[in-house]
Amino acid sequence: MNDPVIELRGATKRFPSGSGPAHTAVRELTMQVAAGEFVAVVGPTGCGKSTTLSLVSGLEPASEGEVLVRGERVRSIPRGVGYMFQNDAILPWRSVLDNVAAGPRYRGASKAAARAKAATWVERVGLAGFAKYYPHQLSGGMRKRVALAQTLVNEPEIMLMDEPFSALDVQTRALMQDELLRLWAGTGAAVVFVTHDLEEAIALADRVVVMTASPATVKGVFAVPLSRPRNVEEVRLTAEFLEIYREVWESLRVEVARAREEASRVG
Amino acid sequence: MSGEHLSTVDNGAVAMAAEQRSAGVPDLVARRRRRRGAVWAVRLAAVVVWLVGWQLTATYWIDPFYYSKPTAIWSRLVGWFSHGTAFGSIWTQIAVTLEEAVFGFAIGAVAGVVLGIVLGRARFLAEVAAPFIKAANAVPRIVLASLFIIWFGLGMSSKVATAMVLVFFAVFFNAFQGAREVDRNLVDNARILGASRISVLRTIVVPSATSWIFASLHSAFGFALIGAVVGEFTGADKGLGLLINNAQGTFDSAGIYAGMIVVTVLALVAEWLISTAEKRLLRWRPPAASADVQT
Ligand SMILES: Nc1ncnc2c1ncn2[C@@H]1O[C@H](COP(=O)(O)OP(=O)(O)OP(=O)(O)O)[C@@H](O)[C@H]1O
Ligand SMILES: [Mg+2]
Repeated sequence: MNDPVIELRGATKRFPSGSGPAHTAVRELTMQVAAGEFVAVVGPTGCGKSTTLSLVSGLEPASEGEVLVRGERVRSIPRGVGYMFQNDAILPWRSVLDNVAAGPRYRGASKAAARAKAATWVERVGLAGFAKYYPHQLSGGMRKRVALAQTLVNEPEIMLMDEPFSALDVQTRALMQDELLRLWAGTGAAVVFVTHDLEEAIALADRVVVMTASPATVKGVFAVPLSRPRNVEEVRLTAEFLEIYREVWESLRVEVARAREEASRVG
Repeated sequence: MSGEHLSTVDNGAVAMAAEQRSAGVPDLVARRRRRRGAVWAVRLAAVVVWLVGWQLTATYWIDPFYYSKPTAIWSRLVGWFSHGTAFGSIWTQIAVTLEEAVFGFAIGAVAGVVLGIVLGRARFLAEVAAPFIKAANAVPRIVLASLFIIWFGLGMSSKVATAMVLVFFAVFFNAFQGAREVDRNLVDNARILGASRISVLRTIVVPSATSWIFASLHSAFGFALIGAVVGEFTGADKGLGLLINNAQGTFDSAGIYAGMIVVTVLALVAEWLISTAEKRLLRWRPPAASADVQT
């Protein structure tokens, strides 16, 4: 395998808590993502998946250990990173088109050039008729598409996606998953895709990383040897898929149960 | 808005939903219009009752020397606008007061917005400045009018300064709060997309703070007028404040009311201008949220 684009070496993140000892969100994380690879990260809620992404994006520094992007230590936001946040982050005062044009504008493109580039991406995510709409006039699923276009328009080499489709209904989600695979194919971008949904993880990814209950560390990494291009709807029904699912779920189940136990003990 | 909706929609489901919604619209419009008519009728009736009542009491029971009466005020206004005032044309007085208020408003608002946003984003500076700002805000600012007369003389600049100080604090606190409450997520997203610090300020912080800032601008022009008029009370050779002060000196209660009315009209016109600007700038807001701001 060639050199990893993203590498975590024993990365630990602690957050200062109001009183008492610092809260450890993730500990001793070690994992690698190669160029063009699609890695899904699953784990129980609150275990530290979003925190992991924020370490890679350079928005939060690691407390211990190393986070490397293209072999260099992450000190600020690395070049070529795109990040779709768990919560809506599109600008409510900008139309769909101008939201998508934001990235190219920030990177120095002229207004006309940025808009032209944005228009093609708005079309690609299926919002051509809504380019002039403001976010409050869109549905939740449409807003997610705006966020997707906003991230992809910068043509990132590294894409961090934090439960991008979790708020969508089943049909829209399947549609968006297929769209994501279609848009990603051939870009050569490395993707780290956080999700709660194990089916989604297996259907999309080349490898699935299972995290332990809080504070998270890597529990296991599972290869997904399903061929590409994949149709998300169809691949779910194959025997290989079910076999992988059973294997990963075996590992994840224990952690989910532990997280639930801990939560009820604290709460 | 609904026209634009239908023309750009290419999605069947959305178009159908829009149609269903518009089916109930004429009914709603008619009801809303009727309601508006009733509201205005009651308002008008209240004003008529009040004016007639005042006129009658002032004619038969109380001394109009102290309380004046609507007809006297009206004839004073007519007199001012047709023959001029004791200090020259009424338009000159209005122009002077308005100029002072507008300058004070502009300088105070710009300074308030800039300083508010800068301190709102710079944690350390804000912490250093906090007690000084609290103290400055506690000073009875109207008193500063006297100080400014000593500093800047009887001319226009002392009134501009008074108006400016009043406006500054009103705007500053809102801009400060607005800059602080910016959604962290939006800032992170912009940084990931490639925004520099300046771009974050320009495209995220300022637009987020705009609703807060406008909320303060509504009252701020009123403060600017108060500053200008109080400044003129304290010492001036022109302006509506001088006119009112002179009316007070000559026990001309009708003149005080008339001056009050002119100032009120100015404030209302300014308020309307600010609301119009706000509606244009904050077009992106959902109608429900902006509806309670417009009055
Ligand atoms: N900025 C922060 N300050 C303090 N604690 C934080 C912060 N961000 C996250 N945490 C804590 O770190 C832990 C992990 O949070 P994180 O958001 O990474 O979980 P997650 O795996 O993404 O959860 P979910 O699946 O629900 O999104 C949580 O216990 C949370 O309380
Ligand atoms: Mg999360």
